[in-house]
Amino acid sequence: MAATLPNVSRPGAYDVERVRRDFPILAREVGGKPLVYLDNAASAQRPLAVLRAVEHYETHSHANVHRGVHALSQAATEAFEGARERVRRFLNARSTKEIIFVRGTTEAINLVAQSYARPRVGPGDEILITALEHHANIVPWQMLREQTGCTLKVAPINRRGELIWDEFERLLSPRTRLVAVAHVSNALGTILPVERIVEAAHARGVPVLLDGAQAVPHIAVDVRALGCDFYAFSGHKLYGPTGIGVLYGREELLAEMPPWQGGGDMILTVSFEHTTYNDLPWKFEAGTPHISGAVGLAAAMDYVEGLGLDAIAAHEHALLELATKELSRIDGLEIIGTAERKAAVVSFTMRDIHPHDIGTILDSEGVAVRSGHHCAMPVMEFFGIPATARASFGCYNTPQDVERLVAALHKAREVFG
Amino acid sequence: MELKDLYRDVILDHNRRPRNFGRLEPADAVAEGNNPLCGDRLSVYLRLDGDRVTDVRFEGKGCAISTASASLMTEAVKGKDRSAIAELFERIHALLTQHDAPVDPELGKLAALSGVREYPARVKCASLCWHTLNAALERSAAVVSTE
Repeated sequence: MAATLPNVSRPGAYDVERVRRDFPILAREVGGKPLVYLDNAASAQRPLAVLRAVEHYETHSHANVHRGVHALSQAATEAFEGARERVRRFLNARSTKEIIFVRGTTEAINLVAQSYARPRVGPGDEILITALEHHANIVPWQMLREQTGCTLKVAPINRRGELIWDEFERLLSPRTRLVAVAHVSNALGTILPVERIVEAAHARGVPVLLDGAQAVPHIAVDVRALGCDFYAFSGHKLYGPTGIGVLYGREELLAEMPPWQGGGDMILTVSFEHTTYNDLPWKFEAGTPHISGAVGLAAAMDYVEGLGLDAIAAHEHALLELATKELSRIDGLEIIGTAERKAAVVSFTMRDIHPHDIGTILDSEGVAVRSGHHCAMPVMEFFGIPATARASFGCYNTPQDVERLVAALHKAREVFG
Repeated sequence: MELKDLYRDVILDHNRRPRNFGRLEPADAVAEGNNPLCGDRLSVYLRLDGDRVTDVRFEGKGCAISTASASLMTEAVKGKDRSAIAELFERIHALLTQHDAPVDPELGKLAALSGVREYPARVKCASLCWHTLNAALERSAAVVSTE
C-alpha cells in the first residue's frame, strides 16, 4: 500500500491546517472565492494519500484479480486482498471472509434484502426500520415487500429527530425478521442508540443490519463490540473513492446465504449442468471488482486512522457546537434535527427563503452545502417541510468555514430583503 | 455571473407576492408537477373556454425561482389559446436554455427569468410550472377527445 500516513504530532493537538494541505481540492476557488466545502455528508473529498495509492496501483500493479499466474495479476490480487484485510482491521471483524466489497451502501443493503431476507420472509413477517432512514434503507425493503408480501414497520422519531425508544421496542414483534437502521442519520445527524438496538433485537433473536454510511467517517466502528449482524458503508464518505463500499456480515449468516449475482469470480466450477459457488467472501463478488477503489479505500482507512477517528470526532464536534450556536443567532433560521447525540451535520431552514435559494446564494459565496430532501423524503414529510439546507463537516473544516457560512447566510437574508 | 441577474426585483417580488396563487374551484383541468430532485411540488388549475385559458391559478411550495416563474406564467397565459401558449412555451424554453441567444424582446416580464440560464441546476425550477401547465392542457384535451 503506497498510503503515506500523515505525520500527526502530539495527541490532542489536531492540526487542521496540516490536514487541509493533504486535500488538494480545498485550494481551489469557486466563483472567485476560496472554496468552503460543507457537503461532506454527500461525499467527502480525497486526500493525496488516497489519490497516490490509486495512482500507484494503476501505474504499477493493475491486472485482473484471482485469474493469472503472471506478476501483475498477482500484484493486483495482493493489493485487492490486502485492502480487504485493511477493511477487516478497520471494522475489527473476525475474518476477511466477512468483508464483501460492493459498489456502496446501497448495493450492500440490496444484497442483504435479496440474499438474506428474501428466502426467509413471507406474508406476515416484518422488517423493522426507523423514520429517519435514507431512501437506500427504505426502497430495498419495499421491493422485498412486493416480492414476498412481508410487512415494513417504521419506528417513529420525536421532534428532535431522535428514535422513540418505547415505540421501537413495541414494534419489535415475534414476526420481526430483521431490523435495519441507520447508525447516523444523513439528513439530521442523529446518532442512533445502535448498541441498545442490537441488544434489544438479539434478545428476541432478530438480526440487525446497520447502515453505517454516515457513521464511519465520524465514529470508530467495532462490529464485534457492536454485535451487529450486517454493517454497510461507502468509501466516498470516508475520504475514499466512489463506486466502492463494504458489506460486513457475520460469517455464519453469509455462509448460508445464496449468491446474489452470478458470473465470473464467484464460482469454483461451472458446467452446463452444474455450478459450484466460490467460498466466502468471493461468493458475493461476481465479475471483476473495483480493484483500484478497494486500494483507495484502504488508503483512506490508513489516513483517517492516522489522524485518529476520536481526534476527528472531537474536532468535528467543536465545529458542530460552534455552527449550532452561530446559526441559531440568525433571524428566522431553524435547525432541523436537535438530537442530544449528533454527528457534525446541521440541517436548517430559513423563513421566507427556500433551501434551493440558500444553496445558490451560498454557492455564489464559495460555500458548498446540500439543499434538498437528502434522499430522506419521509424525514422532510415528518417535519412538514419540502427540503432543508444542510452543512456537514469533515476532518478538514475550520472555524473560519463556519464564519464564511454565517456570512453567506446573512448575504442570503440581504438578497431576499 | 452575478447573483442579482438571477434574483431580479421582478423575481423577488413575484416570490414574495405570487399572483394567481391558490386553488381554482371548479377547474376544467388540473395537473400536479414534481421536481423529485428538490421536492418542489406545484399544482396548476385551469378554466377553459374551448381552446382558450380564461382563468389560471397555481399553488404549491417551491423556491423563489419556481414560485416566481409560476406566478409570471399565470399572468402571461391568461386569455391565451392553446397555440399561443405552445408558442410561448417554445420561447421560454429557449430563454432558459440558450446561453448566448439575445433575450426575446416579446417576452416582456418573463424575460426576468433569463438569469436562470447561467445556473443550470436551477433551470428545472423555472420550467416546472410550464411542464405542469402543459400536462393540464394535454389532460383537458384528452378528456375532450374521449367524450
